[in-house]
Amino acid sequence: MKRIGLIVVILCGAVLLYATRDFPAWGDPASPASTHVSPHYIEHALQETEVPNLVTAVLADYRSYDTMFETLVIFGAGVACFLLLRSFGARRREGWYVRHIPTGVVIHFRKRPRIPHSRFFERLDTEWVPHDLIIMTICRILLPFIQLFSLYVVAHGDFSPGGGFQGGVMFGASLVLMAISFDLRTALSRVGERILALLAFLGVVLYGGIGVLCMLLGGEFLDYSELAKILPVHAEEARALGMIGVEVGVGIAVTAVMAVIYVNIASAGRHDEGL
Amino acid sequence: MEQLLQEIVAKYNYWLYIILMMIGLYAIISKNNLIKKLVGMNIFQTAIILFFISISYKEQATIPIIRNAHGPGHVSPEAIQATAYMNPLPHVLMLTAIVVSVATFGVALAIAVKVYGEYETLEEDEIRTRIREKIK
Amino acid sequence: MHWQIDLFILTLVIVCALAAINVRDLLGAAVLFGAYSFLMCLLWAIMGAVDVAFTEASVGAGVSTVFFVAAVFQTTRRSKD
Repeated sequence: MKRIGLIVVILCGAVLLYATRDFPAWGDPASPASTHVSPHYIEHALQETEVPNLVTAVLADYRSYDTMFETLVIFGAGVACFLLLRSFGARRREGWYVRHIPTGVVIHFRKRPRIPHSRFFERLDTEWVPHDLIIMTICRILLPFIQLFSLYVVAHGDFSPGGGFQGGVMFGASLVLMAISFDLRTALSRVGERILALLAFLGVVLYGGIGVLCMLLGGEFLDYSELAKILPVHAEEARALGMIGVEVGVGIAVTAVMAVIYVNIASAGRHDEGL
Repeated sequence: MEQLLQEIVAKYNYWLYIILMMIGLYAIISKNNLIKKLVGMNIFQTAIILFFISISYKEQATIPIIRNAHGPGHVSPEAIQATAYMNPLPHVLMLTAIVVSVATFGVALAIAVKVYGEYETLEEDEIRTRIREKIK
Repeated sequence: MHWQIDLFILTLVIVCALAAINVRDLLGAAVLFGAYSFLMCLLWAIMGAVDVAFTEASVGAGVSTVFFVAAVFQTTRRSKD
């Protein structure tokens, strides 16, 4: 099998290497990829949409139909992870561990204990017991800054590198960091599973809703210049504002989906203990 | 021979993306471990993305963010030259492709975790023998 | 573009890719794969694709490595090849 694989790979590679001879020269401004539609984007995007970052302009305005379905694919991936892994039955376990915080003594129970809700006791994971004061404190200090930066990345995506996808992934990563540095139950008690599902749905609906709003105002689907009828700006700025709206939708959906995928993989769908 | 060497030097980026693609394809075909196959899949994806970014590069051009777009002394719309900025279209396509690739990677890992829960192994041949034993 | 830096990073990328698919420890593969993604991100930043590089730095080197480590934690570290 290995030898056949190697032969197939080398044959494919040889064909591709032969094909590179017909490629345009490296960095050629007149290559076919840079001549048809992209000069129009570069020369007219600022005039038509008031957005200097061309990538955002093309992503969220000229090709926003494409981006909407990309968001839907990500939402579908989150749903797929949930359906594949989530299990609601309790697992067979060897016991429960509870720590008495003032003394640091760990108590082992054979059966499920009834822990009073107090600040003196905390439940520990059976497989992985991270309790590091330094890590927890540093992450507690860092988390708000990470989240603020991710919001900045979403909001400033029109002017600098960034946008809904990057900002959403970073916000999702901050939730993941919370789950790693404390434990999975702490993170899930802050942002629960239902809230995450609702947020993922809300992001996609926000994107589609802006498109439908444009239709209701008399334009085509996702034609943001129609938003000028209800906003006190002219048509070009309305397109920039519509872009920010859909970027926020993308950001919310991506945030929620990243957290859902992480939580399901890290706990194998049980949501009680994990990395 | 000299001509060939010249061609390699002129297009070494294209050559290297093909090498990466071959590494990825080899891992997908002939590795036994499911997670190794996923790594191969990701390497394959990044090789394609590298190719797309390579064709968007232009000599003597800057990043696709228009300079002096707003504020005092801003650039007039007629003064923007298409040759002065990189081609933004492949960047857009690849940006979404990267995020979709992490979503599919997550689903693939979820399937791998599920398979491990069922058969207690990630090796392809062992999974096959377990399935055969179950049928008998 | 400085072709020396470019060539150096391209070589490192290929070394990382080969190491990631050949190492026997899956946790090591996860770390090498993260390094591979980050080198790829540097390469794209050199080519002027700043948005793509930003996405790869947060997605490829960040979140997908975490997913990978979480999956290894739930399954096994050992691999036969």
